[in-house]
Amino acid sequence: MSTIRLLPMALVAALAVLGGCANKPVPYDYTAFRQANPRTLLVLPPINDSPDVKASSSVWAQATLPLAEAGYYVLPVTLVDETFRQNGIQTASDAQDIPREKLRDFFGADAAVYIKVTKYGTTYHVISSDTVVEAQARIVDLRSGALLWEGRAAASSSEQGNGNNSLAVLLVSAVVKQIINTTTDAAYGYAGIADSRLLGPRVNGVLPGPRSPAYGKEIAAQ
Amino acid sequence: MPALVSARRLALAAGIATLVGCAHQPAPLYMWGSFPQQQYDILLRSGASPDAQMQAMQVQAEKAAAANKALPPGFRAHLGMLELNAGHAQRAKELFAAEKAAFPESAPYMDKLLGKLDSRTQPANTKTPA
Repeated sequence: MSTIRLLPMALVAALAVLGGCANKPVPYDYTAFRQANPRTLLVLPPINDSPDVKASSSVWAQATLPLAEAGYYVLPVTLVDETFRQNGIQTASDAQDIPREKLRDFFGADAAVYIKVTKYGTTYHVISSDTVVEAQARIVDLRSGALLWEGRAAASSSEQGNGNNSLAVLLVSAVVKQIINTTTDAAYGYAGIADSRLLGPRVNGVLPGPRSPAYGKEIAAQ
Repeated sequence: MPALVSARRLALAAGIATLVGCAHQPAPLYMWGSFPQQQYDILLRSGASPDAQMQAMQVQAEKAAAANKALPPGFRAHLGMLELNAGHAQRAKELFAAEKAAFPESAPYMDKLLGKLDSRTQPANTKTPA
């Protein structure tokens, strides 16, 4: 009796240890990042590989928050957008193709953030609809051209519990979800989550910047 | 019965403490309000009213000042751009200067914008109501 009682507890404890903080991915090599020690970041308009035309604006608008909270000065994206337009730069890939010396000279940023949106939007299936946002980012030193950091992240509506009920209920909820997802611009919300997972504090993430109380400290031990 | 309930609560609290312990979040550096959404609306050029947004941003700025919280990077510059587009060049200048004062790192870009404003607003300024 007592072993039967103890077994599930031991299992829970083991899972907690495994699933909790104890994941140990290969540590990121921050040598170049630390050496460059950027203070200001220029987030360039994200390249959009998804069919949704709003993807770039959505991911761009919400990239400032995690990077600013990480302790960097992030150049205001709406003004950067206006500057590009006034200079005849019409697309995100044109902006990302500008030589780094020119970006450095005009904006005075230490590093640029190059984002690519690989998935954005809601796809409809017979019994459910999924909203997915997936993006990848590279941070490049505008003074030296060195790659300081790169990573990728995603957020999806299917992460939330889907576990329920009869097919009839599922059909209704798929329709409802579809309406909610389109009317309230659901992908925008998931883009915010994807941005903070991509650029916010985490193991092997962007290092804390000079305005952060965590500056100089890493999220995980080396 | 009450003992059982409190034991459950304790277990729940312990569980939450474990989860929160891993993902400890420090206090935010800035008061964001609707700023990300406001940037999104302008980037989309979806016809969202800049006047309404300027008013909302004024309210946000007052709230932050009252709560002694810092406005995020770009907030003042973004508002300055809206003011400029509405024809209020002097107000735009003040806001670009305020961005620079709050975040000295923004100086190279703000100085470029201010310089451009100086060179082109001389005639426009005469039309701008005080």
